[in-house]
Amino acid sequence: MPDMNAIADRVASATPPHVGKAIRGLSDRSIAWIFVAPTMILLLAINIFPLIWTVYLSFTNYASNRPNRAVVNVGLKWYQDILSSPEVWAAMQATAHFVFWTIFFQTLIGFGLAYLIDRKFRGHAFWTTIILIPMMLSPAVVGNFWKFLYQPQIGLFNYVISFFTGIPPSSFEMLGSVTLAPWAIVIVDTWMWTPYVMLICLAGLRSIPDYIYEAAEVDRASKWRQFWSITLPMALPFIMLAVLFRGIENFKMFDMVVLLTGGGPGSTTELASITLKRQAFEAYRTGYSSAFAIILFVVVFGLANIYVRALNKVKQR
Amino acid sequence: MKKLLASASALAAIVALAPTGAAQADELTLCWAAWDPANALVELSKDFEKASGTTMKYEFVPWPNFADRMLNELNSGGKLCDLLIGDSQWIGGSAENGYYVKLNDFFDKEGIKMSDFADATVYAYSTWPKGSPNYWALPAMGDANAWFYRKDWFENPEIAGEFKAKHNRDLAPPKTWTEFKEVAQFFQGRQIDGKTVYGAAIFTERASEGITMGATSALYPYGFKYENTPGKYDMEGAVNSADAVAGLEMYKEIYECCTPPGYTDSYMGEGLDAFKSGQVAMMMNWFAFMPGMVKDEQVGKVTGFFVNPSQKVAASTLGGQGISVVANTDNMEGALAYVKWFAQPDVQKKWWALGGYACHKAVLNDPSFKDSQPFAAQFLEAMGGVQDFWQEPAYASLLQAMQRRMHDYVVADKGTAKEALDGLIQDWTAIFEEEGKL
Repeated sequence: MPDMNAIADRVASATPPHVGKAIRGLSDRSIAWIFVAPTMILLLAINIFPLIWTVYLSFTNYASNRPNRAVVNVGLKWYQDILSSPEVWAAMQATAHFVFWTIFFQTLIGFGLAYLIDRKFRGHAFWTTIILIPMMLSPAVVGNFWKFLYQPQIGLFNYVISFFTGIPPSSFEMLGSVTLAPWAIVIVDTWMWTPYVMLICLAGLRSIPDYIYEAAEVDRASKWRQFWSITLPMALPFIMLAVLFRGIENFKMFDMVVLLTGGGPGSTTELASITLKRQAFEAYRTGYSSAFAIILFVVVFGLANIYVRALNKVKQR
Repeated sequence: MKKLLASASALAAIVALAPTGAAQADELTLCWAAWDPANALVELSKDFEKASGTTMKYEFVPWPNFADRMLNELNSGGKLCDLLIGDSQWIGGSAENGYYVKLNDFFDKEGIKMSDFADATVYAYSTWPKGSPNYWALPAMGDANAWFYRKDWFENPEIAGEFKAKHNRDLAPPKTWTEFKEVAQFFQGRQIDGKTVYGAAIFTERASEGITMGATSALYPYGFKYENTPGKYDMEGAVNSADAVAGLEMYKEIYECCTPPGYTDSYMGEGLDAFKSGQVAMMMNWFAFMPGMVKDEQVGKVTGFFVNPSQKVAASTLGGQGISVVANTDNMEGALAYVKWFAQPDVQKKWWALGGYACHKAVLNDPSFKDSQPFAAQFLEAMGGVQDFWQEPAYASLLQAMQRRMHDYVVADKGTAKEALDGLIQDWTAIFEEEGKL
């Protein structure tokens, strides 16, 4: 154990006298501000300022590819256009479908896997690692190789379906069919991110003290009863946390879906973030896309806020 | 203090000398798409390097990201490119926003005459406003959408005989879209060399420009026009004319009847894969890929080429680009020197020989040109009837709208052709209103 007094003395003697004098003249509050200020400045520069600037741009006709055009205030025009646009509503519906079903399947399967992995069995650490592999991959890699898996002529997915159902593999197109494409992207996201939900659920299950189950055993509670009265309620805050993380992530899903379908067929899988990117960086409608980004931000922020309140209530129970 | 000053000076020197992305005086960066002709240009430019002592650097971006990457570069005032071989549709925006240097004075000074280049290429790649004598680029790479076909299958006596028995005419490269459909249907699902083959690979890509370039290859020959009166933006009755509807219906029919399974989001690369792997009898693709195809070890010798089929008129979708000097360059003199060098007839001849599509009349009007390559005659024919997409500053929004409408109708099977084209007029009208042009 080093002598703390000696260290303090060494530091004090190494501090130039004028610096020491300057610091001695500052209040605790000032010193605290000095330490916090860099972080605050950074946050303001990279988070708050862009947000305020985006709000400003959303009321203008600014287009980043038209630097010579006069910037005119257009009031709420973009907000009105967006909220009354059938294309935007179609994109929001596609997003809602994607978010709801991915969360549903990931929670169901993720919790199920966590419940199984939580049972002590030989090689469970190995299987946990195997299950985690998909979430370690890059979304770009996942998008590209699932595109091959879904290929009707050579894709493994179609052959597996064909093997079990007898339907010819080339007779259906997961990515090219209006009916199947929304489910194709749900399947890929579920495959990739279920392990993440499983990990969080596993942490929840492992946080439940054994003595509670022992007490339940003493009270002759059945396994079913133990699950509904102990396991699920105590793991619920963790499950809800996983749902929150996945919900926010999937609401802004972009890369994987672009690689899989490019938003097609037609606009069937064009999620809100894809529409936003196209408006912002392909059509260069900066004002319009700023308004769209603000709307999406408010929706995600609002929903997340409501959800976090519910989560806190569950935790307090 | 001295130490501090010395350190600060050293740091300043490092910062000053560090690469900033701007070109040095004896260095030029040329930006283009990453494809076969770009490799030919690298080869060609070695002569310029030797002659001028300039070091050429290249920034080649794959096609699906080319527009995004380069337009962002221009919009952000970047200094990456001194020279840009940009798509023809960018010229309106780049001219109006001052991204390209206007070349009229330079051409006059150096004696470069636009009349030395093919008229269609000057109109499409160089002028803004369209057709006016305001030049923002030198025609660099002529291109149009055309067709590749399996000559060996077409000439196979058994297959040809069967076709003749069925259609009472020879199996030959189709001259009209009606014939094209017959040929594509004939090959669809046929067993050749023990393999199932399909009729045609066409463009269906959703994200960038694919399906628009493909669908317009059917629309133009059927009589589709963007406006009734050029420059008036009066689209009703032109964009959605009965002929245009018939053209779009034909494209959808080809997609439904005659493409390989899973061909829902395919562009140049996917088409080349399908053709080279012997999956399809015919492939839609750009002339730019023909030199590479001729050299292909597997199918080069058995591949033929034909110009886009006509219907009511002979027409092909324009590709290709002009070479522009980026206004933001730090090496204006060097960039202009490259353009001057590139415009020389001898350089243009070598450009063609290496696999680039020269637009200079010294090359195109040469009596030996038609026989110089197996696709040269078709190229000349196609360039005589090319039509291009809007080249307006708002082209990206206009393209996006068409991509969505075409993919919704052709691939996603939503609505009718008339509804798709009516919807397109609505979208384009809104864009032109936003632009203050309507």
